[in-house]
Amino acid sequence: MVTGQASLKRNGVQDYVTTRATAIIMTAFSLLMGWFFITTPEITYTVWNDLFSGLTMKVFTLLTLVSIMFHIRIGMWQVLTDYVKAPGLRAFIQFSINLVAFVYVIIGLFVLWSV
Amino acid sequence: MKKQRPVNLQLNTISFPPAAITSILHRITGVAMFFALMFVIWAWATSVSSEGGFIFVQQQMAGPLGKFVAIGTISALTYHILGGVRHMIMDMGYWEELKSGDISAKSIIAAWIALTILVGVILW
Repeated sequence: MVTGQASLKRNGVQDYVTTRATAIIMTAFSLLMGWFFITTPEITYTVWNDLFSGLTMKVFTLLTLVSIMFHIRIGMWQVLTDYVKAPGLRAFIQFSINLVAFVYVIIGLFVLWSV
Repeated sequence: MKKQRPVNLQLNTISFPPAAITSILHRITGVAMFFALMFVIWAWATSVSSEGGFIFVQQQMAGPLGKFVAIGTISALTYHILGGVRHMIMDMGYWEELKSGDISAKSIIAAWIALTILVGVILW
């Protein structure tokens, strides 16, 4: 029997774990940003630019964007399979959503590269 | 047997328990976040790349539309995180009974409304 280990096929357990693992990363990033906005007296361009210029923050930001992509793929699939019954339409919407989610990551990569 | 099953799925005639409302709100805020990210990532990419971009985003955020989008986005994110935390607590086996689930559902909705008002007052 051929198992799906090496393929991109997902299963329920994998989706379950991925949703929660990415959620923890995104929540941590959200809390960090919230803390930054609350505790920084005045946010100027220099302060804002400096925040994302360090390697740690670049890694954390990109990690969050990749988490967003995986979270979107699973979450939007769950919502779409419940509400959009036509297979062709659903495939098209899912393709578009996954494309946008991937674009989010690419934008983040190039922006972080240049900061 | 089959005749006793509820066949009426007219949503406006069904009374939703708090847990059902938290569930649908989690979905709505999740989908909303996907679209809100377009504005968030645009604002972030523009503001962090150049000083001119930073000033432009700052001006947009100071206007009523910018404030509305910012408050809406933070509100959706706040709810989605609260709902997600509740989910993970339930994953660990707590709040799964009718009463505790009811209380936790009402609590996160109350916390969400309070936090949204707080953020709204600060940002507006």
